[in-house]
Amino acid sequence: MVVKLGVPSKGRLMEKTFEWFAQAGVTLSRAGAEREYSGVVEGIEGVELVLLSASEIPRELAAGRIHLGVTGSDLVRDKLAAWDSKVIEIAPMGFGHADLIIAVPKAWVDVDTLDDLDAAAAAFRARHGFRMRIATKYHHLVREFLKTNGVADYQLVDSQGATEGTVKNLTAEAIADITSTGETLRANHLKILNCEPVHKSQATLFKSRTAAWSDDTRATMVALKEMLGMGD
Amino acid sequence: MPRTDIPKAAVRAEAARLKSGFEAKGAHPVEMDVLLPAEVLLDLYGEDIRARAYMTSDPDRGEMMLRPDFTVPVVQAHMSDGAEPARYTYAGEVFRKQEVMPERANEYIQVGYEVFDGANPADADAEVFAAFSDALAGYDLRAATGDIGILVAAVRGLKTTERRRAALLRHIWRPRRFRALMTRFSEGGTDLRQQNLERVTANLAEAEAPFIGLRTQSEIDARILALKEDANEPSISETEIELLDDILSLKETVPNVLSALRDIVVDMPAISEAVIRLSRRADAMAARGVDVEHLEFEASYGRTSMEYYDGFVFGFYAEGRPDLPPVATGGRYDALTAVLGQGRSIPAVGGVMRPGLMLALKGDA
Repeated sequence: MVVKLGVPSKGRLMEKTFEWFAQAGVTLSRAGAEREYSGVVEGIEGVELVLLSASEIPRELAAGRIHLGVTGSDLVRDKLAAWDSKVIEIAPMGFGHADLIIAVPKAWVDVDTLDDLDAAAAAFRARHGFRMRIATKYHHLVREFLKTNGVADYQLVDSQGATEGTVKNLTAEAIADITSTGETLRANHLKILNCEPVHKSQATLFKSRTAAWSDDTRATMVALKEMLGMGD
Repeated sequence: MPRTDIPKAAVRAEAARLKSGFEAKGAHPVEMDVLLPAEVLLDLYGEDIRARAYMTSDPDRGEMMLRPDFTVPVVQAHMSDGAEPARYTYAGEVFRKQEVMPERANEYIQVGYEVFDGANPADADAEVFAAFSDALAGYDLRAATGDIGILVAAVRGLKTTERRRAALLRHIWRPRRFRALMTRFSEGGTDLRQQNLERVTANLAEAEAPFIGLRTQSEIDARILALKEDANEPSISETEIELLDDILSLKETVPNVLSALRDIVVDMPAISEAVIRLSRRADAMAARGVDVEHLEFEASYGRTSMEYYDGFVFGFYAEGRPDLPPVATGGRYDALTAVLGQGRSIPAVGGVMRPGLMLALKGDA
């Protein structure tokens, strides 16, 4: 049996992950042609590289089909119910930083805080007859966050992309989205609420709690942790 | 551990037995759809219900929900064609996602008893509680009771602006935000209220941003006006804040709570009617054989989990088993009927119990 390591299959996240492992002497690379989704691992025995979409890695970890996986901490928290019963955070990797934030039109001079948002939502519902709409794809995280902070009279509407445009298109009054620089928000006349982000995300190495482990894979894991400077 | 291997047929048989017990007390048996239109429930409970209920969609009817509880459809059925007074009983599955505690059942059978009878609310409360108490006798359960009506009356009686009272009432069921509002409206929140206004005034001075979205300038102006008023309005007095705190922290037997509340009434006459209701209910419960002397009462009970329950609330818990959900819960939900009836409100009190848990606990003993 081998330790299956799931890594995002493209883009900067994949490159950065390869660099991160390379620093520890574990060389990850794509096999063969550029478009082939299988990988090669050098520097350690018994590890198999599985290239996957970053958004599928939480599910694969939870199902135990991969032992280790690299993905955003936001995706794990949003996609897995009771995430910490299914996966363990082994190491934050120091890249892929992005904050999940709530933003409202900059013209809303009366709204800067969650307190304001709640008050505005109450008045909005009374005036318009429906709950204030917040567009997002992070339903679970945003809902939990607003519940914890006691915000009422809102509803989440699904937006899988171009979320910043929903307010102008009148399909939402506010948005909750990932941002790293805030430029897209400014360009769309939105401002970030003045509160802790819903979640501060970064690329993280996770270990599955549900994957089957054998003596072989346990030994491989010990060796890998040693190389990563995380010896027990 | 309670047994988890109880066959559904046994639970169904137990449910039928409990339901016929309620029928013997004069309740009319009703059946409700499993698949409910989502709109009403979403409007009532907002996003929270999405975290708890299973959503699905119908190509013609739009978003549908697997029945998360019976109360809403029973109230709707009663309001559309029920005559008063009415007593209903039902038994059937409810479906709940368990995101936080995946070990809990996501499909289980509830048996309910609902009373729509405005003639004597105190006695209707007592009738429902006694019916549950009788059905659950012999299970070694701890009964918890409360009355959200006392807190509601206290807030309605605060000597402050209508806007502040409305803001507090809106968050009765969200203790954290309620607490934040109490702080903001109190003496200690004076600076905060001033800062809020100054912050918004500073925003106004900034370069204007283009107007986007549905929320209009007049809504923003109204909010700024509200912030101005709030900054200039005197704080809610320390005395009233302390009295609210006293009420919120009440947790004692019913007779002790009553005597504490009678002391509070002296300084806060607004709650006197709510206290009289509690006292009448206690009498009605005693008359029905409930051991009121030792019955627990907690003024904050049900605040986080029972939105729209605005009066008497109760729950029955397995002693020494904090890991288990309550075996039965219920209460008065006049506020729910007011929202569903769009102005028309019906005095309503009722509750549900879980035969599956009851059988499991019996198997334990």
